[in-house]
Amino acid sequence: MPADEGSTPEASGTTTPKGRVSGPGGLLGLDPTVGVSKPDPILVADGVVRRFGGVTAVNVDHVEFQRGAITALIGPNGAGKTTFFNLLTCFDQPQEGDWSFNGQPLKGIAPHVVARRGLIRTFQLTKVLTKLTVIENMRLGATGQRGERFLPALFRGGWRAQEQSNTERADDLLVRFKMDHMREQFAGQLSGGQRKLLEMARALMTEPELIMLDEPMAGVNPALKQSLLEHVKSLRDEGRTVIFVEHDMDMVFDISDWVVVMAEGRIIAEGTPEQVGRNQAVIDAYLGSHHDSELDAIIHGDVPDHEVPIVTGDPDRAPSEEDR
Amino acid sequence: MDWSQIAVDTFSASLGALAIVYVLAAQGLNIHYGYTGLFNFGQAGFMAIGAYGVAIVSAPESVGGLGLSLWLGIAASVVAAVLLALLMGIPTLRLRGDYLAIVTIAVSEIIRLVLRSEWSEQHLSTGGNSGINGFAGPFYDNNLLARIGGIPATRFNATRYEVGPFQYSGRELWVMVVGWFVVAVFAVLTMLLMRSPWGRVLRSIRENEDAARSLGKNVQGYKMQALVLGGVMGAFGGIVLAIFQNLALPDDFVTRTTFLAYAALILGGAARVGGPIVGGVIWYTLFSFMNNVVAQMKSADLFPESVKANAGQLPFVFLGVALMLLVVFRPQGIFGDRKEVELDAR
Ligand SMILES: Nc1ncnc2c1ncn2[C@@H]1O[C@H](COP(=O)(O)OP(=O)(O)O)[C@@H](O)[C@H]1O
Ligand SMILES: [Mg+2]
Repeated sequence: MPADEGSTPEASGTTTPKGRVSGPGGLLGLDPTVGVSKPDPILVADGVVRRFGGVTAVNVDHVEFQRGAITALIGPNGAGKTTFFNLLTCFDQPQEGDWSFNGQPLKGIAPHVVARRGLIRTFQLTKVLTKLTVIENMRLGATGQRGERFLPALFRGGWRAQEQSNTERADDLLVRFKMDHMREQFAGQLSGGQRKLLEMARALMTEPELIMLDEPMAGVNPALKQSLLEHVKSLRDEGRTVIFVEHDMDMVFDISDWVVVMAEGRIIAEGTPEQVGRNQAVIDAYLGSHHDSELDAIIHGDVPDHEVPIVTGDPDRAPSEEDR
Repeated sequence: MDWSQIAVDTFSASLGALAIVYVLAAQGLNIHYGYTGLFNFGQAGFMAIGAYGVAIVSAPESVGGLGLSLWLGIAASVVAAVLLALLMGIPTLRLRGDYLAIVTIAVSEIIRLVLRSEWSEQHLSTGGNSGINGFAGPFYDNNLLARIGGIPATRFNATRYEVGPFQYSGRELWVMVVGWFVVAVFAVLTMLLMRSPWGRVLRSIRENEDAARSLGKNVQGYKMQALVLGGVMGAFGGIVLAIFQNLALPDDFVTRTTFLAYAALILGGAARVGGPIVGGVIWYTLFSFMNNVVAQMKSADLFPESVKANAGQLPFVFLGVALMLLVVFRPQGIFGDRKEVELDAR
């Protein structure tokens, strides 16, 4: 993990040996224009284009994501956010473009190799392993397991200690996510929101350098949201980088250091939450797709007491992720 | 109708050599389908490779074999099964599951048709549709029961011995000792593997391979290992069959053989170590019971003329109905956990 010293949540940065400012501090005073270069980018995409038949789902000229910061990727339904995530993590291949993680190009690399390099993602439509228990889901996330190789697997003595320490780490995470009481349940018995939590906790088992969360809050119980927000912030404090897609504007405004806005496959704006909130192109993009938007209210400081996200999930693509 | 004879024959068959063949095939399918979610519909192809590997390598040169030892024959079968798994897996394991199903079913039929063709009869000494026989002698010469059990070590001792309610020929007893030993070895191997992190990765691939990928697991690599392991188990089914019959016969490896092994697995319960063993035994017991009843009815002339010619198919009809009832009323099989089977995969 880079930089465990120094980076406090509120916009301070760490200066890397090369003199670049990583963390949220590096974003201070940046010009909020699309494609602006960051002092210490961890992930850079160039000319990435993905078409499905006649539809151009993603068409990103240039974007950089700052190391050690929390970046929100927002945009109306169908903007191409999930597709962009799939491309960046090599779960899908673009027709054109290049992108790199920690300076290493990722094009043409298998998704599991991307994951091993420290770039982990979660899915909008959760992919928990239904017939494995919660704790087994968690254990699966641990990396470098000796017992995952064929011959060593046969000899328990060779992997028991490692399994033990992985289990302890998994149990700690389950407590932090308030899921420890469900440890022995099958993941298939969990509600939609609980599945989201499990998937995020499982991703953290890999100790990722960069974690990309696709709508982590969709369907999550409001009472848990706040602690989840704190958790995401603590990831930044540990020196990790977070990129997340979210429709819940409270969350976006609360925790993100930087916001990237997509519409119709393109990045139409980026900047701090306040800068983006004032951006006319963003307001138009949202109003164009959603007339009774809450965005205005939020921008003008008129935040309603109850939590009313602008858009909750993709109702047509993510069926019923309500908490039971 | 001689019910006591039917009872003796059925009991005997339940643990006999042919039951072992299905148990081994089902143990392999349990690795493929039960734990990893791979649809291998060509287990009969792996069995054929096993049977012919032993037959071609170990048959005397006089009948066109290589005349080498039985051990080498078994080793050749295992190597050939590994190669077959690679051949089927490399092009298909990257694709969606149904591609593997189509390729495996096609490859296993191609193997059978090539083995029984005149071309391979002339060029590979496979004996065409009558197969290869006369290679298993050394196996029976080493019958250890001859030393401990007082059973004469005549090569193909056909004398019948009574063991409780069971009746077996001397040669079958020896096949059973070795065959059940192999089953036990595979069961222990499966148990050790499936309680390990390696087995956890296989099960996660069965549940959702993208999830496994997103956590850095090399899904293709694990699927290939599973395909090889289960394929080798299937090959041992073919080896046991060939040695028991002293004959490798192409039409023993029709696609139906694969489906019967699947029936055994589902009856016992997939993804359970004991599933294919108990399932194979019960399945084969039912099968031989039906066969024995039909055979007796036939000799007692109890079938009307119109049915008589095809009465041999009746056991399959019966088993088909039984399998349907099983899937409706006990989809988890004998060992499975119904709650687990019915978890939805949202
Ligand atoms: N596999 C696919 N095949 C065809 N079209 C797709 C596919 N995946 C996404 N799309 C299309 O790409 C566009 C962007 O979708 P998506 O990335 O899911 O948007 P978002 O996550 O921003 O809501 C949509 O128009 C969607 O219909
Ligand atoms: Mg999406």
